[in-house]
Amino acid sequence: MNSAAPRGANSAPSQRPLADTCAPDEGDGVDTSPSVSDRIAKTTCYMCACRCGIDVHIKDGKVRYISGNKDHPVNRGVICGKGSAGIMQHYSPARLRKPLLREGPRGSGEFREIEWGEAFAIATERLSAIRRTDPKKLAFFTGRDQSQSLTGWWASQFGTPNFAAHGGFCSVNMAAGGLYTIGGSFWEFGEPDWDNTKYFMLFGVAEDHDSNPIKIGLGKLKARGAKVVSVNPCRTGYNAIADDWIGIQPGTDGLFVLALVHELLKAGRVDLDYLLRHTNAAVLVTQKPGAADDGLFVRNDAGNLLAWDRAGKVPVGAGDPEAKPALTGSYTVNGHRCVPVFQLIADRYLDESYSPDAVAGRCGVAADTIRRIAAELAHVAFEQTIELPVAWTDWAGRRHETIRGRPVSMHAMRGISAHSNGFHTCRAIHLLQVLLGTVDVPGGFRFKPPYPRCAPPGPKPAGKNVRPMTPLDGMPLGFVCGPDDLLVDEAGRPTRIDKAYSWEAPLAAHGLMHSVIRNAWAGDPYQIDTLMMYMSNMAWNSSMNTVETIRMLTDKDQAGAYKIPFIIYSDAYYSETVPFADLVLPDTTYLERHDCISLLDRPISHADGPGDAIRHPVVQPDRDVRPFQSVLIELGARLGLSGFVTEDGSAKYRDYADYIVNHERAPGIGPLAGWRGKDGRSIGKGEVNPDQLQRYIDNGGFWHHDFSDDQRYYKMGNRAYLDFAVQMGFIAKAEPIVFQLYSEPMQCFRLAARGHGKSQPPEAERGRIEAYMDPLPFWYAPFEDEAIDLQKYPLHALTQRPMHMYHSWGSQNAWLRQITSQNRLFVHSETAARLGLADDDWVWIESTNGKVKGQIKLIDGVNPDTVWTWNAIGKRRGSWGLKDDAAESNRGFLLNHIIGDLTHGKRYSNSDPVTGQAAWFDVRVRITKCAPEEAGFTEPQFERFRQPPNVGPPPDVLRFGAAFRMKREAAE
Amino acid sequence: MHPALSVVFFTTATGAGYGLLALLGVLGGLGFIQPDFWLGLVGMALALGLIVAGLLSSTGHLGRPERAWRAFSQWRSSWLSREGVASVATFIPAGIFGIGWALLGHSGGWVAIAGLLAAAGSVTTVCTTGMIYASLKPIAQWHSRYTLPAYLIFSAMTGGVLLNALLQSFAVGSTAVLVCALLATLAGWAWKLATWRHNDRLEIPTTANTATGLAGGTVRSIEWPHTEENYLLKEMGFRIARKHSAKLRRITQGLAFAVPAVLLAIALASPLPLAAIASVLAAVTQLAGMLVERWLFFAEAKHTVTLYYGR
Amino acid sequence: MTCLPAHTEKKLGLVIDLDTCVGCQACVTACKEWNAGGHMAPLTDIDPYGGSADGVWFNRVHSYEHTTELGGRTVNFPRSCLHCEQPACVTVCPTGASYKRASDGIVLVDEDKCIGCKLCSWACPYGAREFDTDVGVMKKCTLCVDRIYNDNLTAEDRVPACVAACPTSARHFGDLGDPASAISQLVEERGGGDLMPELGYKPTNKYLPPRARSERAAKVDAPALEPIKAEGGLLGWIDRMLSN
Ligand SMILES: Nc1nc2c(c(=O)[nH]1)N[C@H]1C(S)=C(S)[C@@H](COP(=O)(O)OP(=O)(O)OC[C@H]3O[C@@H](n4cnc5c(=O)[nH]c(N)nc54)[C@H](O)[C@@H]3O)O[C@H]1N2
Ligand SMILES: Nc1nc2c(c(=O)[nH]1)N[C@H]1C(S)=C(S)[C@@H](COP(=O)(O)OP(=O)(O)OC[C@H]3O[C@@H](n4cnc5c(=O)[nH]c(N)nc54)[C@H](O)[C@@H]3O)O[C@H]1N2
Ligand code: SF4
Ligand code: SF4
Ligand code: SF4
Ligand code: SF4
Ligand code: SF4
Ligand SMILES: [Mo]
Repeated sequence: MNSAAPRGANSAPSQRPLADTCAPDEGDGVDTSPSVSDRIAKTTCYMCACRCGIDVHIKDGKVRYISGNKDHPVNRGVICGKGSAGIMQHYSPARLRKPLLREGPRGSGEFREIEWGEAFAIATERLSAIRRTDPKKLAFFTGRDQSQSLTGWWASQFGTPNFAAHGGFCSVNMAAGGLYTIGGSFWEFGEPDWDNTKYFMLFGVAEDHDSNPIKIGLGKLKARGAKVVSVNPCRTGYNAIADDWIGIQPGTDGLFVLALVHELLKAGRVDLDYLLRHTNAAVLVTQKPGAADDGLFVRNDAGNLLAWDRAGKVPVGAGDPEAKPALTGSYTVNGHRCVPVFQLIADRYLDESYSPDAVAGRCGVAADTIRRIAAELAHVAFEQTIELPVAWTDWAGRRHETIRGRPVSMHAMRGISAHSNGFHTCRAIHLLQVLLGTVDVPGGFRFKPPYPRCAPPGPKPAGKNVRPMTPLDGMPLGFVCGPDDLLVDEAGRPTRIDKAYSWEAPLAAHGLMHSVIRNAWAGDPYQIDTLMMYMSNMAWNSSMNTVETIRMLTDKDQAGAYKIPFIIYSDAYYSETVPFADLVLPDTTYLERHDCISLLDRPISHADGPGDAIRHPVVQPDRDVRPFQSVLIELGARLGLSGFVTEDGSAKYRDYADYIVNHERAPGIGPLAGWRGKDGRSIGKGEVNPDQLQRYIDNGGFWHHDFSDDQRYYKMGNRAYLDFAVQMGFIAKAEPIVFQLYSEPMQCFRLAARGHGKSQPPEAERGRIEAYMDPLPFWYAPFEDEAIDLQKYPLHALTQRPMHMYHSWGSQNAWLRQITSQNRLFVHSETAARLGLADDDWVWIESTNGKVKGQIKLIDGVNPDTVWTWNAIGKRRGSWGLKDDAAESNRGFLLNHIIGDLTHGKRYSNSDPVTGQAAWFDVRVRITKCAPEEAGFTEPQFERFRQPPNVGPPPDVLRFGAAFRMKREAAE
Repeated sequence: MHPALSVVFFTTATGAGYGLLALLGVLGGLGFIQPDFWLGLVGMALALGLIVAGLLSSTGHLGRPERAWRAFSQWRSSWLSREGVASVATFIPAGIFGIGWALLGHSGGWVAIAGLLAAAGSVTTVCTTGMIYASLKPIAQWHSRYTLPAYLIFSAMTGGVLLNALLQSFAVGSTAVLVCALLATLAGWAWKLATWRHNDRLEIPTTANTATGLAGGTVRSIEWPHTEENYLLKEMGFRIARKHSAKLRRITQGLAFAVPAVLLAIALASPLPLAAIASVLAAVTQLAGMLVERWLFFAEAKHTVTLYYGR
Repeated sequence: MTCLPAHTEKKLGLVIDLDTCVGCQACVTACKEWNAGGHMAPLTDIDPYGGSADGVWFNRVHSYEHTTELGGRTVNFPRSCLHCEQPACVTVCPTGASYKRASDGIVLVDEDKCIGCKLCSWACPYGAREFDTDVGVMKKCTLCVDRIYNDNLTAEDRVPACVAACPTSARHFGDLGDPASAISQLVEERGGGDLMPELGYKPTNKYLPPRARSERAAKVDAPALEPIKAEGGLLGWIDRMLSN
């Protein structure tokens, strides 16, 4: 980068310092140059999972100020509302101070402080007994974990398959939908080409994990005047600034998108060349109704996929660059009828049932609007193509003088994923993108390395053979390609506690954390001994059906023992989950520990190059707390887990910092990709570099590699990129990645449902598998719509993330909580009028699962059949260092109380049937004005938690900053 | 606007005090009221007492009362500073007048000059007080040509009614003073009614549209910056229900104008001590009524900042 | 001195782009954080963990729904001191605590002189004055006067904290008195305007209006899609396309 060019995102001429920053001689005695900091420590923010780079200004040993790191690839100097308020998180009164052992009944909050030695002894004894007998009796679930490559590996070394992080209740639909289709995904694993796109469609996003990058990107679009279309029932935040807001009916995006597909197909506005080069559109699909290979791809003897050569009128290898494959028609190969994938696509989506007129009513979007959007998409994609003057070579060695782009981009998140039809809807969006030829092209949606990968990526979930004292033969989470990969017993019953990778959730790529407490309580499929959790507030905002979840956590069997025998939990703060733990392992704050934001996990890459980052202690803890990762590593050593001890049985790693530097997952591949090798000159693969952490610190806490110009696009078929990806260890072979418009793994499940193959679903599951494992995306109504009386519960109830709050963490923050300490239920003014409700009324919000009380606010920018509130503002009394009169626990409310965790007559988890993704946004409600004496306070209320030992009341007045000034003035 | 009791009391009390002082200064100084030790002492004590109590109460409103002296410095631009200067300056002629008239029993000559200066100071001070409010553009109900006269009229009215009560109590009542007090009360009433009428019909050009620069249509607040009330809302976001304000307006009219007017009329027609009793009652009710009036003056005033909060 | 300078050498201020602001509150907490330890430190928070938390903030973001005959738009609206050219908040101040700088036009409060009479907050139509009940003095946005000239910051960081933070680039800073400055030109280009111009305070800060449903909105003039009419519909068309 040119060193004279201004750094950072906010460097427009109208955002720069004055030409002359010399203070004018005003003579008013203002000190215009106070000293800001004694030192600046550069690390990674963790006020949310976006992983921005921050400059922590430290003055007199205290954090004075936190600003964005201008060089950081994620945030380029900007910082969000939470990031700047990190000081108040770091000095929160809710910080845990010492390990705690439960004394009173579970959920009371009565604890005794213990030493770390005792804590380790208790945990080691318990866990080693489990490991000696039946390792799967340890369920280890890690929530908002940024160290999954460590925690997952730990579980694998322990030998339990019962591991997952938060993805299952978060957005596995987006991950799986993308990874099974294009080998990459939305979420924060890809991004629009903000600098080149001309038409951007945003589906169901309020904030996302890419929060600063999305905001920076939207700012760019706005500055350029590119068009932003938002599809969202709610018109807030990003959606407020869209040029076009489509207030869709929740759960119907699949229909809307497939109607766009219908229009484009009907008009022949699809990118045939792109389809042929990068997708399986030409691959032949066997058409043999009833046969064991019906719907599978046609392969030659070598197992290679076949297409039909238009010129030679013979089958050819689908990957043959010389072939001229047909996209339509019906052919006979080896005596059997088969058709190209594209023929199936055309047959399905040209059907009138997908026409705008047919779907408009259900979507709440006018047919003309759908037609207009389709026309706009086609126009921008095909008439406003862009061409970057950069030569590149594709995987087959064909040289292209320019990089051609279709500047239509899309992004989607939980508005799509958190419905029980989210997987298919996500696939539908990818289908639309691919038909337009907009994936990883200039102006389109771009992969962030290490993506794209094979669709789906390689490793299968481990856990088929669970044996005492034996590590798993792989990582607990992975990608199944057919029934044989499932983790089920002979009877087809789940073998994981969360029922992931079972017939109930076959493609559960991230596990089902939201099912763990219920299943462990019910002993279904089996009883466990210890539930170990990290960083997830499962007794409150990350559970559905909170009221019952709390009961399950405290429920006892006839002998008076807790049904979930032992709970170990690591949190940094006094959250609603801490009081339910038997053993509490207090973590540090994010400014006090090492962390590793790894390419093996959820790195900081952007589309122009891979990157990873660290956290390092920039201030020292003033409490007896320890970083959870270091604790886990020590626990691993005490248990003698093979990865954690040396030959002689001693601890292999001193702590997490030591592990980050010295651990190798595969030869030469470790947690960090930068500065590898003895001399620090390698990237990706290379020997351990003892100096690695220091190199990161010297570079501002991160490593980033910029692609050469010819590597930046068409990564699925770009030789320069693919070669690099192999070098880095992202992929095994430099082979093109083929987008799976038609998903054969899904068809394999369907065939099993039809009785083929050796792994057979239990009878009861056949119908579901047949219906939902459709190899092409389709739309079905969210389950709750079908299960309940919509006359009684006519409204959709949604939550949105406030941009200034991170789930439940925000409310302990003296600054953030002032912005929102009471959440309202936002109701369309016409809907309210119909229901006889006025602004500020208190209402009961009722679902089939229960009722909760809150105060309404009337708005117009919402789909009239939808009500919504800010997520996770309601708090339980006694938690988070808040006073008893805090608005959060008296007037704020938590929608989770009324979201059921089961569906279909309590038969299944309230989840997507393909991936097990929690269907938070399916819930239907009715609202009624509450009686006058019920107004003014929220319900349900729960017993107040006791405060942990040696924690004083929070201060009545906060004068943060006064000390800096006093010191400054004293010095003058 | 939040009707802070300290400020409500301050403006009411100093208004009456300066009104009384001005009348004593003019009438006493020029000899229309004969010097009398007790009358002088009580009269001056009442006037200055009201003024001092009012001023002290106003400092109760200050965040840093110990620095109040600084408020005298900016008389070139600030009506509040001018008020401070004028109020303090008025004490000098008022003191000289008090010594001459009440203690030494003189009138005319230097006592008259001091009395007239005290009166001028009083009028000036009341004007500056009025101007503090009248000059505030963000509050349309105050930023009006009704405000300054109101302060002067009410000051003369309450001062006159007090003076009458005083004279009547010392059995030196004058029909002229009584009639003037009655007329002032009626004038005050008329002015208040005119002010309310004006305010009720006020078309304020400043709207949520101009406040946000969003032209045309409607602008509705859907979320406040912070969910709980802040300084701005506590200080300037005070709202009073229409019903409530109508009731308080009736109370104001009764206590500040109607009842005193009737009592003064009774006094006019009655012999002593009845006239004295009615006069004192008139003064007391009127002061009570004026406290309500002043409370409403604040409560009914709408600050432009409330537009941002949809209030 | 609460008389206004007859003329200021510069008119430093902010420009806020309402078309781009997503209401993320970054400018709000960045401002709080900088200023809590800055020139007017502290920005006291009363009852910070209780039921009536009320702190001093120099910048607050509102949300509105603006509805016209053309439709509705949600508008996020940051509000801070506008550093007016004719600010009554200065002239009403009895102590000289409130003043407008002749050099750059920044309106400041000298805390040491402030008696906390609150009159300036009554005089500010925009609600930009913040009373610190704990210290008993008035506080307000300083336009980051302790950043924009701060020798202890690297040159590139000498911009207001809120401008540096804003993730969408909706905030701009500069000399609005210089018609040639980038910021003045931005205002010109985007039709930036004053808040409550009728009151005559002549705010320095400007707001750029939302573009949606105006001539300035991003549009795509796409012809309606025509179904393929030729023989064989889509599939026929594809055959022909591929055989070319
Ligand atoms: N109604 C509704 N519910 C939802 C959602 C929704 O949209 N609507 N969204 C769902 C989604 S996607 C998610 S991801 C979940 C998130 O919900 P959770 O996973 O519960 O996330 P948080 O509330 O952030 O809480 C995580 C816990 O981590 C703790 N913590 C914070 N920092 C640290 C640290 O440094 N170390 C340790 N050890 N602990 C720490 C916090 O104190 C807190 O107790 O919520 C889900 N719940
Ligand atoms: N500030 C902040 N940032 C966060 C988080 C946070 O708590 N705070 N949490 C992080 C986490 S864990 C996650 S998973 C991400 C999630 O980030 P988002 O995906 O932005 O998650 P939500 O806030 O749940 O937003 C869901 C959006 O989808 C809309 N929606 C709901 N149903 C539908 C539908 O059927 N169709 C369409 N089109 N839209 C719909 C809702 O109105 C809402 O705007 O954010 C991450 N970033
Ligand atoms: S987006 Fe998340 S990681 Fe980035 S600054 Fe904000 S809180 Fe920190
Ligand atoms: S916005 Fe208010 S405080 Fe700022 S200069 Fe203008 S009048 Fe004064
Ligand atoms: S509060 Fe302070 S700054 Fe404001 S007018 Fe009074 S003395 Fe001046
Ligand atoms: S200029 Fe500085 S003080 Fe003013 S709002 Fe921005 S950050 Fe706050
Ligand atoms: S930081 Fe920028 S986008 Fe966020 S609220 Fe402030 S001005 Fe708006
Ligand atoms: Mo999430």
